[in-house]
Amino acid sequence: MLRVDIEKQLGEFSLHASFSSEGRVIGLFGASGAGKSSLVNMIAGLLRPDRGTIVIDGETVDDTAAGIHVPTYRRRIGYVFQDARLFPHLNVAQNLDYGRRMNSLASDPAQHKRVVELLDIGALLDRRPGKLSGGERQRVALGRALLSKPRLLLLDEPLGALDEGRKLEILPYLVRLRDEANVPMVYVSHDVAELRQLATQIVMLKQGRVTSFGGVKVLT
Amino acid sequence: MLDISPAEWTAILLSLRVAVIATLVATPFGIALAWLLARKDFWGKSMLDAVVHLPLVLPPVVTGYLLLLTFGRRGLVGAFLADHLGIVFAFRWTGAALACGIMSFPLLVRPMRLSIEAIDRRLEQAAETLGAAPWKVFFTVTLPLALPGVLAGMVLGFAKAIGEFGATITFVSNIPGETQTISSAIYSLIQTPDGDRAAGRLVIVSIVLAIGALIAAEWFARRATQRLHGN
Repeated sequence: MLRVDIEKQLGEFSLHASFSSEGRVIGLFGASGAGKSSLVNMIAGLLRPDRGTIVIDGETVDDTAAGIHVPTYRRRIGYVFQDARLFPHLNVAQNLDYGRRMNSLASDPAQHKRVVELLDIGALLDRRPGKLSGGERQRVALGRALLSKPRLLLLDEPLGALDEGRKLEILPYLVRLRDEANVPMVYVSHDVAELRQLATQIVMLKQGRVTSFGGVKVLT
Repeated sequence: MLDISPAEWTAILLSLRVAVIATLVATPFGIALAWLLARKDFWGKSMLDAVVHLPLVLPPVVTGYLLLLTFGRRGLVGAFLADHLGIVFAFRWTGAALACGIMSFPLLVRPMRLSIEAIDRRLEQAAETLGAAPWKVFFTVTLPLALPGVLAGMVLGFAKAIGEFGATITFVSNIPGETQTISSAIYSLIQTPDGDRAAGRLVIVSIVLAIGALIAAEWFARRATQRLHGN
């Protein structure tokens, strides 16, 4: 599903990561500054590796030796950021519909209904992002990413900006997402409890290196 | 109420036409340039920035004279346009629009540039992850979020264009019905013995138009802030 073997120099910090996974939810674990976000941004194509390859679902999206770098918008990935990044000039319904429009996909009311119900955002459709709570914003961001029909969903600390109460409110949605949405995910977090609940495989990063790789058991 | 004479109306309507055309033609160039200056780093960027601002600091008569040299019948560009495309700027209202467009360009670009700089680039990244190619990102995220700034720039540019005097009169002279705008009409009137009342009326019209434009620009700026906060 996902194969990564990259090197990147970011100022003083060097990132050198290699792993390959067929897991449904790859948990990317590490302290802040371990290189998790840079790695995810490279998978998304927002950052370009100095050397190496990235393969998503059998398609090589980065191969520095062959000069391949597929731009972000052609990678067919979904990305949920820590800070939601909903478009402030569009309401929730328009935000949800954005990916479908940009990819010229036919409208799929059944899928739309499923995602809206899964995330429980039906009552928010007419609202502007400025009128949503942090938790609601994050649910809409999840829905927006899912509705672009990605082949891989990247979640970069999606609960990181929320307080404990809100985290517990969103976590069940993420579990349902994993079990029902059928999209492989890369889930970035520094929270062991979160990853225990969600991940099927763990990639542990420490100072830019993969220190362990395996089932959730490695989180001890 | 003001009892404006037909000749004065002619000048007012001509000013409006010149300023509207100048603003509409300048806007796409203004947006492109604002985006370039806000988002791109390239060789000669500060030079380009300086050239755009030049009409603001150069004596208008110099700008007008340079326009005459370039776009006049015997000018390098002017001769080419007249011979091959039949477009003549010198001593025509179109020339007045060109002069006004160039003189107001720095004011038109500035709010556009500021509003593009104020946009959170992470929103554009988010759009890209959702499958939007760069030009789609521009039209669906950047431009809508910058729209109030774009409109504010247009309003300011329009206000400047409608009052432009020095470059216009140098380039296209002061021909009633063809190139005589409000400003050049006022200039003529105050040089005429009994022109005071007529000049006064046009002065009032100028003030009303300028204040109206400033209020409109202010309103658009407020809208921009609201829009960026998603309310």
